[in-house]
Amino acid sequence: MQKLLNNRHFLGLLFMLPAGVLLLVFLTYPLGLGTWLGFTDAKLGREGVWVGFDNFIYLIGDGVAQLSLFNTLFYTAFASVAKFVLGLWLALLLNRNLPFKSFFRAVVLLPFIVPTALSAIAFWWLYDAQFSVISWTLTRMGLITQYIDFLGDPWNARFSAVAANIWRGVPFVAICLLAGLQTISPSLYEAAALDGATPWQRFRWVTLPLLTPIIAVVMTFSVLFTFTDFQLIYVLTRGGPLNATHLMATLSFQRAISGGSLGEGAALATLMIPFLLAAILFSYFGLQRRAWQQGGKD
Amino acid sequence: MSKFTRREFLKTTAGAAATTSLGVGSATWMQEALAQTKWTPEKGAKLRVLRWKRFVQGDEDLWMANTKKFTEKTGVEVRVDNEGWEDVRPKAAVAANVGSGPDIIVGWFDDPHQYPDKLVDVSDVANYLGGKYGGWYDVCQKYGKRQGKWIALPLAVIGNAIVYRESHVKAAGFDGIPKDTAGFLKLCQAMKAKGTPSGFALGHAVGDGNNWAHWLLWSHGGKLVDDKGVVVVNSKETIAALEYAKQLYETFVPGTLSWLDPSNNKAFLDGQISLTANGISVYYAAKNSPDPKLQEIAKDIQHARFPIGPVGKPTELMQTTQMFLFKYSKAQQAAKAYMAFMMEAEQYNPWMKASIGYTGQSLKAYAANSVWTDDPKATPFRDVASLMLDHAYSGPLGYASAACLADYIVLDMIAAAASGSKTPAEAAAEAQKRAERYYKV
Repeated sequence: MQKLLNNRHFLGLLFMLPAGVLLLVFLTYPLGLGTWLGFTDAKLGREGVWVGFDNFIYLIGDGVAQLSLFNTLFYTAFASVAKFVLGLWLALLLNRNLPFKSFFRAVVLLPFIVPTALSAIAFWWLYDAQFSVISWTLTRMGLITQYIDFLGDPWNARFSAVAANIWRGVPFVAICLLAGLQTISPSLYEAAALDGATPWQRFRWVTLPLLTPIIAVVMTFSVLFTFTDFQLIYVLTRGGPLNATHLMATLSFQRAISGGSLGEGAALATLMIPFLLAAILFSYFGLQRRAWQQGGKD
Repeated sequence: MSKFTRREFLKTTAGAAATTSLGVGSATWMQEALAQTKWTPEKGAKLRVLRWKRFVQGDEDLWMANTKKFTEKTGVEVRVDNEGWEDVRPKAAVAANVGSGPDIIVGWFDDPHQYPDKLVDVSDVANYLGGKYGGWYDVCQKYGKRQGKWIALPLAVIGNAIVYRESHVKAAGFDGIPKDTAGFLKLCQAMKAKGTPSGFALGHAVGDGNNWAHWLLWSHGGKLVDDKGVVVVNSKETIAALEYAKQLYETFVPGTLSWLDPSNNKAFLDGQISLTANGISVYYAAKNSPDPKLQEIAKDIQHARFPIGPVGKPTELMQTTQMFLFKYSKAQQAAKAYMAFMMEAEQYNPWMKASIGYTGQSLKAYAANSVWTDDPKATPFRDVASLMLDHAYSGPLGYASAACLADYIVLDMIAAAASGSKTPAEAAAEAQKRAERYYKV
């Protein structure tokens, strides 16, 4: 026993065991179970039998599922890009020597701190067809005559949901990027300034390359969070109007839990995995290439 | 469709009165005694009940008081858990699946039909109650029974009706809500012209959306499935319903496509719409408000039944709630005694009263409860169980009917056709395809 405990390899394994068990029980098992359910016709309250790719074949031909895929891609792409641009801009602003710097940095985090279910309700009121304060203000200003149908028109509803998501997601991106910005040594900027670099050149050749690893990580998370968003849509529209805002996550819940088709819902959730993997692989292999970070060309 | 007629009512009550006046040894007393002995709680029995969280405080207060009474009488400890009404369904399903959980669940719609073999046959309780209280309404029988056996006890129907502003309907030139769909459309058009429009939820509103959408489809003779569960929604009757929906939609206030359950309540109480479909909650919200403006609205509010369409009979959908008992329960006799106890007149009548009209009776004798007459505005909610069809109409209840309702197939079809995003033919064809998937199994 003593000998075994003195063995580096054995000891290493032993120390890793708790973490390994945690991962296995709380990560691998549920994921495996979910994937397996997708290949069965399980219903809520009834165990299913193996049906192979039946669920997937049906979902690929299902108009609502197709629409939810489109909505999810649209939602993710649009919101992620906007969150990145706004987040980076905000981070650059906050990185300057502003008066009340800490105060502003704290305030910026607010949308991220408020529970999504609560902020979603606030947006639900903002977007209400009858009580929207936005419509009310615009009407009072004489800019519009009829209240805007934020959540009743398919495209309005999509953009409204995206806007709410951006509002909630920007602080996360901004604060993470701000942390990245603070690690960049001021001497690099001084050197660049001495060389006569314009602000744009300093950003392009100093800030951006050094920030890329952080951007990669932050954007990976941002894309994953957006792609799997649920609460916001569920509170705002429940996937309506006419399923125009149904994301794969909300549709999966509707089919599996409310509708009882556990297998089909699980299959729909499983269908999200390839997209999520692609997002991760892109960020790791695309954005974290060392050569590029160090100013080299591909 | 069977209405509890006055004659039937007289028969039961007169019978009861006669027997009680005979004094000792009366049939009622015997029946009472029988009920007490019929289900003797197991020794040391304890019960866990899961039910949906109240919509009105009175409901929960009385439910708990009745439960306490049961414990005092029988010594059986009962724990009641309240959960959000939409969370009860998944929890019940999980309980059925894993074989442990609450003994009794008060769930919704066709929950019991999802896992009938996991439930205790409660025919004895149902027959006892039905015999004593004038029988169960037809729709309650369909919800509670499977293959001739009772697998659940229908507790109540959450009533729904047309809610309108009397003065606005009068101003539009109508004396009340027309009884037919054609007249109803004319009313809505006239109200729109007067600037007091109507509005019905077309977003994914679980209750308010589904209810009126099914009424609309059925009123024109359309239905999702036939008696055998074959999907027949793509029919000329459905197209007619969708054409009607299109015309009706034009009379709505803008924005109904985004409406969820609370939206029509808010719009109505704010005076933005003058006619909608809802439970009795709009009226009570106005009546119990300290705001004089809402008090005025409350005085102007009236309720009416949905108009009858070309099929010539009422075709309404409402939420049904049932109690069911799981086979894994170790205290099945105690549970049956509890379920019977809660539905006895001494408990059920005060409970119904405290629920101020949210809960419509499932047993015909309780139509005599004064909650329907104390305030005449509650009267239209009295006969809800006799006017409604089950959501699987006219097919069997089960997994497919639940899935189609949860997937908003009928509601989406109506919303798509009404708003013009699809033609009626396209919308019906799409609904057909979506429903076929579920009924295939």
